Amino acid sequence: MKTLSGTDLSVQIGALRLKNPLIAASGCFGYGVEYAEAVDLSTLGGVAVKGLFLKEREGHPPERIVETPSGMLNAIGLQGIGVHRFIREKLPELRQLRATVIVNICGSTLDEYVELARILSDAEGVAALELNISCPNIKEGGITFGCSLHGTFDVVSAVKKVTPLPVIPKLTPNVTDVASFARASEEAGADAVSLVNTFLAMAIDVETRRPKLSNIVGGLSGPAIRPIAVRMVYECRRAVKIPVIGMGGIASARDMLEFIIAGATAVQVGTANFVDPFIWGKLLAGVTDYVRRHNIARISDLVGTIDTTSREKQWISS
Amino acid sequence: MLRDVEARVIRNTRLSRDYNVIALAAPEIAEATQPGQFVMVKSGRGGDPLLRRPFSVFEVLRSNNRVEGLTLLSKRVGVTTKILYDAVEGDTISCLGPLGRPFDLVDPPTEAWMVAGGVGLAPFATLGDALLAHGVKTTLFYGARTGGELFYLDWFTSRGIRLVLATEDGSIGDKARITIPLDRELQEADGEVVIYACGPEPMLEAVAHVAAKHKRTSQVSVERTMGCGMGGCYSCVIQVRSEAGSERTRPAHYVRSCIAGPVFKGEDLVWD
Repeated sequence: MKTLSGTDLSVQIGALRLKNPLIAASGCFGYGVEYAEAVDLSTLGGVAVKGLFLKEREGHPPERIVETPSGMLNAIGLQGIGVHRFIREKLPELRQLRATVIVNICGSTLDEYVELARILSDAEGVAALELNISCPNIKEGGITFGCSLHGTFDVVSAVKKVTPLPVIPKLTPNVTDVASFARASEEAGADAVSLVNTFLAMAIDVETRRPKLSNIVGGLSGPAIRPIAVRMVYECRRAVKIPVIGMGGIASARDMLEFIIAGATAVQVGTANFVDPFIWGKLLAGVTDYVRRHNIARISDLVGTIDTTSREKQWISS
Repeated sequence: MLRDVEARVIRNTRLSRDYNVIALAAPEIAEATQPGQFVMVKSGRGGDPLLRRPFSVFEVLRSNNRVEGLTLLSKRVGVTTKILYDAVEGDTISCLGPLGRPFDLVDPPTEAWMVAGGVGLAPFATLGDALLAHGVKTTLFYGARTGGELFYLDWFTSRGIRLVLATEDGSIGDKARITIPLDRELQEADGEVVIYACGPEPMLEAVAHVAAKHKRTSQVSVERTMGCGMGGCYSCVIQVRSEAGSERTRPAHYVRSCIAGPVFKGEDLVWD
C-alpha cells in the first residue's frame, strides 16, 4: 500500500500483510475500542488486544503499577474478560472500526492455548494470534512455556496444527539467550516472533519497607528498557528467517526506526500510548518523513539494514 | 471530545506551602468538561515523570461569556504536583481530557450535600455551579487538618452554598472528621438528600456508610494510582459489587476507575 508520497509502508508477517509496521502492544491498549476516540484503528498496522484466557480473570489487587526512572513497573495479573465475552462484546466493534486484530492468548496448559486458537480461528475478524508465553506476573502457565525451549516448541507447534492464522509467540527477555527461543519458535512453525515482553523487576518503599506492587515483583517497560530490547531484536534477527516484531520503550519515530534497522519487520508500542494516546499519527508521520529523506521506496527495505562494517573498514584504510 | 492540549499557564496561585490553584489555557477541554470529570496532566520534559497524573477539573474559567481555560487544585505530594506548584505564567502543561464518568446531577426539591476532604474539594466548584444552575439547594461539608487548609470558602458562600466545616485541630468548625457533622445533620434532615463525596478513601468509605445508615444515596469520586486514564492499562481498578438489577449475579469484581468512574455509587464499592 502506497501513501500519497509514494512511500510503501506495508510489511509482511507470514501470510498477513500489514498496511504499516506500527502495532499497538498487547496489555497497553485495552481491547482497542477504548482508544477509538483518540486514533482511527484502521490506520494502524495492527492492534494487539489485551491477553485473553478462556475464562474471565480478576487479576491482582492494587497497587498494580509504579513509576520508575523512565519506566513503568506493572503487575496487572492479566485481568480480562475471557475469550467468549471478547468475541461477543469487543470483536464486532473492532470489525466495524476496521482494525487488524491480533489476539494475544494465554493459557495455563498447552490444551488451553490450543482451545483458544481453535475458538478464535472460527471467529470473524481475527488477523493473527500472538502467544503470550512471557507474562512475568502470573504463576501458572505462560512463562513456564516461554522459559523452556521445549515448552516454546511444543506450544507453538500445537497451536500451528489447529489454526490457519499466523502464529506469533511473544518472547520473554528474562532468559539468557533469547535468540535460541526465536529459533525454537521458527522450527515449530511460527510465522513471526514478537519481543520483548517486560523485564522482571521490583521496587521497594524504603520508609515502610514494603514492596510497591501488591504482587511484590512486576514487569518493567518504557524507555528504560529500550537499548536492551534493541539488542535482543538484533540477536533474534540474525538467528531466524521469520519476521521479528520488536518492542520495548518506543516513544518516537526515531525509536521505531532504531528497532527496524536492528531487524524488526514491525514494531509494537505500549507504554508511550499511556503518555500520549495521539502518538500513532506522529510516529507514522516521522517514519514517512525519514524514508522520504533517505529515498527508501519500501519500509521493508530498511529492515535489518544496520551497518556494522563501515567503521572497521575506515580503521583499516586509515 | 477527547483532546490533548499543550496548555499555557495563565496564572498560578499558591494557597499555602503545599496547595496551589493553577489556571491553564485549555478552553476546548474546559468547555467539554462535566462536573466530576478529570484531566491527565503531563508536566515533565522527557522521561521524568514518564506517566501522566489525574486531576479533577476544579473551575471552568470564563471571561466575557467565553471559556478561557480551567483550573486544577493541587496539593504538593510528588514530582508532578511539585512541578505544578512551582510553575509560572507562560509555562506549558500538557492536558488530556476530559475523561471519566461525571457526577449525576439531582433536581429540586432534592438537596445536594457535597463532602470534601482536603484536596478532595477539587470537583465541587464545578459541581456546585451545576447544581445551583439546576436550582438545587446545596451544602458543602468541608474538612481538613487545620483551618489554614480550608480554601475558597468565600467562593462557595458568595454563591449561596451553605458551609459546614470541620478540622482535626479544631481551628475552624467542629474539632472532628467531617463525617461527624455529616452524620449529625443527616440525623435531623427530613427531606430528600443526595450526598456527593471526594477525599481520602477512608473518608469516602465512612461517608458511604453514614449515607447508607441514613438511607441516602451517595456518589463518591475515588482516586486510584492511574497509568493512562483511558482504560488501557488496568492499573486503577477498584472492586465493585455485582450490578444491581442485572440478570447475572457476579461476585465483587475489579473495574477500571478511569472509565467506570471516578464517580461511583457509594453502595456499589467494596472497600479494601
